[in-house]
Amino acid sequence: MHYTSMMALEVNRLEKGTDRLTGKSMSAQPQKATERAESELIAEAKAGNGDAFEELVNRYERRIYRLALRLVGNTQDAEDVLQETFLKAFEHLPDFREDSRFYTWIVRIAVNEGLMKLRKRKSDRSEPIEDAVDDQGQVMPREFRDWKPNPEQLLSQEEMERVLLDAAHKLPASLRTVFMLRDVEELSTGETAEALGLTPGAVKARLFRARFQLREELSKVFKSEKSLDL
Amino acid sequence: MTCKEAFQEISKYLDGELSEELKRALHEHVGRCAHCKVVFDTTVKTIELYCDGKLFPMPENIRNRLHDLLRRKFHERAV
Ligand SMILES: [Zn+2]
Repeated sequence: MHYTSMMALEVNRLEKGTDRLTGKSMSAQPQKATERAESELIAEAKAGNGDAFEELVNRYERRIYRLALRLVGNTQDAEDVLQETFLKAFEHLPDFREDSRFYTWIVRIAVNEGLMKLRKRKSDRSEPIEDAVDDQGQVMPREFRDWKPNPEQLLSQEEMERVLLDAAHKLPASLRTVFMLRDVEELSTGETAEALGLTPGAVKARLFRARFQLREELSKVFKSEKSLDL
Repeated sequence: MTCKEAFQEISKYLDGELSEELKRALHEHVGRCAHCKVVFDTTVKTIELYCDGKLFPMPENIRNRLHDLLRRKFHERAV
């Protein structure tokens, strides 16, 4: 790759981050209004106002559902996780301290619910849950074939969802969770560490493994037929 | 920079944690090493695929059941 195209990639990624950041709260001006409204909603919900709590649910339910589905891998369990998450959030709202983001707080509940779900069904599935992960361990790439161009156009939306879920579920939940929080939900390293009870160093080490293991898994699906001409 | 080193730095690069000097070294390596270019490109693509916001939409019936459940809960609490 040329230096310039790599720079473009970097810029693209940085801009995307900004986009998604502002996307969460529309634009710089309304962002403040939204944040203020959120703390008001939380105060009202804490005082027992169901409508205020429902408004908070409206804001985050789609993201929590998506996160749950990516963690547990099927819609039925994802729905359970979604319901348990908001029920628990409602029950424990008085414990919520405003020194962390409300979203980070419900993500932490959702992740715990999701991991509990996975542990419950561990007996009837062979999926790895806890990290057989040595954070110091070496990961090296095995697949060096490039992918077919525009993989997103090769599959229907449902097929793509299936491929992504299947690949993610080849990873232990401990790695999958870090990837979903850091790279998909775009929580910071610190927020992810807080949500999972890990050190920032452990978050980085797991993210590193997760990214490259997912790349290996997706390579099996998207690699082009021709091998690299060296 | 060796391939092994480049591989170690890609993840840090994606987190915006590389110094200018290491960034340049990584750019340079990826520019002349076809293997590392593939690893770099497909890792970026992997993240992009998972981030596609159109995927995994919440079905309307799941949303309705969630809100019914919560309203029942509010009602119990209010009584
Ligand atoms: Zn190389």
